[in-house]
Amino acid sequence: MKVHGHTRLAALLLSPALAIIAVFMIVPIGITTLYSFLEPARYGGVIWEFSTDAYVRLLFERDIFDDTLSFSTDYIRIFVRSLVQAGVATLLCLLIGIPTAWFIATRPDRQKTLWLMLVTVPYWVNLLVRTIAMLLILRDEGPINDSLQAIGLTSGPLPLSYNNFAVGLGLAYSFLPFMILPLYAAIERFDFSLLEAAYDLHANRWKAFVGVVLPILRPGVVAGSLLVFIPGIGAFLAPDILGGGKTIMIGNLIGQQFQGSRNWPFGAALSTVLMTLTLIALMWSARRAAKAGTEVV
Amino acid sequence: MILKNLTRMAILALGTSTLASAAAAEGDLYIYSWGEYTPPDLVEKFEAEFGVDVHIDTYDSMETMISKLRAGAGGYDIIVPGDGTMQILIAENMVEQIDVHAMPNFEHVDERWREVYWDPEREFSAPWAWGSTAFVVDTEIVTGDIDTLAVLFDPSDEVKGKINMLRDINDVINMALRYLDLPRCNDNPADMKKVLALLETQKEWVKSFDSETKEPLVSGEAVVSMSWNGYAMRARDEKPSLRYVYPKEGFTGWMDNLAVPKGAQNIENAKDFINFVMAPENAAMITNYARYSNGIKGSEAFVDADLSGAPEMTPPADAPAPEFIPTCSPESTELYDRVWTKLMN
Repeated sequence: MKVHGHTRLAALLLSPALAIIAVFMIVPIGITTLYSFLEPARYGGVIWEFSTDAYVRLLFERDIFDDTLSFSTDYIRIFVRSLVQAGVATLLCLLIGIPTAWFIATRPDRQKTLWLMLVTVPYWVNLLVRTIAMLLILRDEGPINDSLQAIGLTSGPLPLSYNNFAVGLGLAYSFLPFMILPLYAAIERFDFSLLEAAYDLHANRWKAFVGVVLPILRPGVVAGSLLVFIPGIGAFLAPDILGGGKTIMIGNLIGQQFQGSRNWPFGAALSTVLMTLTLIALMWSARRAAKAGTEVV
Repeated sequence: MILKNLTRMAILALGTSTLASAAAAEGDLYIYSWGEYTPPDLVEKFEAEFGVDVHIDTYDSMETMISKLRAGAGGYDIIVPGDGTMQILIAENMVEQIDVHAMPNFEHVDERWREVYWDPEREFSAPWAWGSTAFVVDTEIVTGDIDTLAVLFDPSDEVKGKINMLRDINDVINMALRYLDLPRCNDNPADMKKVLALLETQKEWVKSFDSETKEPLVSGEAVVSMSWNGYAMRARDEKPSLRYVYPKEGFTGWMDNLAVPKGAQNIENAKDFINFVMAPENAAMITNYARYSNGIKGSEAFVDADLSGAPEMTPPADAPAPEFIPTCSPESTELYDRVWTKLMN
């Protein structure tokens, strides 16, 4: 009886969230997938005729004259570039995030809130504004290059902007708090007497880190990495602005299909593939997390 | 929707507080346009003369505007589409036939804007503003013959690495086609291969593809940049050594037009507005505010002196005529897309 009432309450509490997910997630994903199997209309939009052209085009180039297909890596390379850039950004975030989160989690309680707030303050500013600000700092006539040349360390400007380096840096900066916060949550719960125990049992620093700290950090690392990696793949502002629009990522390619190129089905197909890849990555990490969980127990 | 109702309520509340205007109001006019494009003094004058309350919403791209119209979430009486978009809207039966050519003030429309490819009889649209897409050169750094696209595609050493191109598939590819003397809206794969080769060679010397062209030019990040004429003028205000170039190979022109979307609630007010805007003294307000030329004869007399003489607005006598390019066929659009994707890979 009690259990029954409990589930009913749970269903009631969940229903707003479920309704929002259904209306604003399932339905749009359904429409996107549906559109990816239709024909493009002349001036944008779709014609209601089934077609797999959008998916064929991902891998093959259709010859204009004889309609033959030949394998093309154009779009695969854009996908790979997006994955690599997002991966680099995730690694950078981990490198910066772990020490930062560790520092904050080991402050006295009163200071923690202040430090956490300081982490989030820059992110109250709109992403577009931050990205442009970053370009102004990194570019040839920006303060970094100006000061390096002023003190005589470099004779010409370093190529800090309008390249893949700037894009990676921009992505890492954009999503850094999403790494720091879950890591902080994981470290905060850490019982430091465990570390003392490890040292008492003659573990060196490295062994203590790998054997004691890392397993406790893992959920934070996994959560943080997903939160950085997934939005990173679809990012389009950083390549447009920091990359100078010279190389595109999937996000830009998708935008292009709905704008100048007016091929909605192809844009929808790219989105569908991107979502599928993301889903696979999520399921893979969830399974690994589940496995790791059973090992600990 | 709730937000919209709230703003409407707020506007109503404001309206009733100023009794005079509320009493005279003969309805509303909802304008959907680019930001900072509708002169406030023009709106005030229209409101005063016709007793209509004007409300303005803005979009950031033609695509946003079209998708909003397609979704039926309109409620707008006036839209301001560019020439290619206008052609699409007419073809897709998305605008009202309002017979602009029969309006009293149509006589002020410059002959060159009467029979236009996107609306040959001017049945659906009236001119709002027009401009051009060419490029800007910093004459302090670049010397020699600059009236040619070779400045961009066969650059001298001081230009290499300091070129900014617009981040726009059509504008960039059309410019390359012009340099190669090939037809625009090209659907010939062999021609487009040449375009790709040219752009790939040039990319080595391109610093960025950025549509915000004023900033890189003023800061000196770029010494040559593709640009719209309005941006070029603003950039020159801050850096007098910049010069807007009308290359001898030709350049793209564009025109924004006033039109009435299908199903508009206040068609009569919209027609009044369109006729009103075609009066020279009113059209001049567009130029003075948005800093683009309008299409109305006799408006020059009302345009600010610093604008009427600006080289960005008046091409020199020996410059080629601006080329207006229709929306390309799906075949050529796909080729453009492929070239762009390969270029950006």
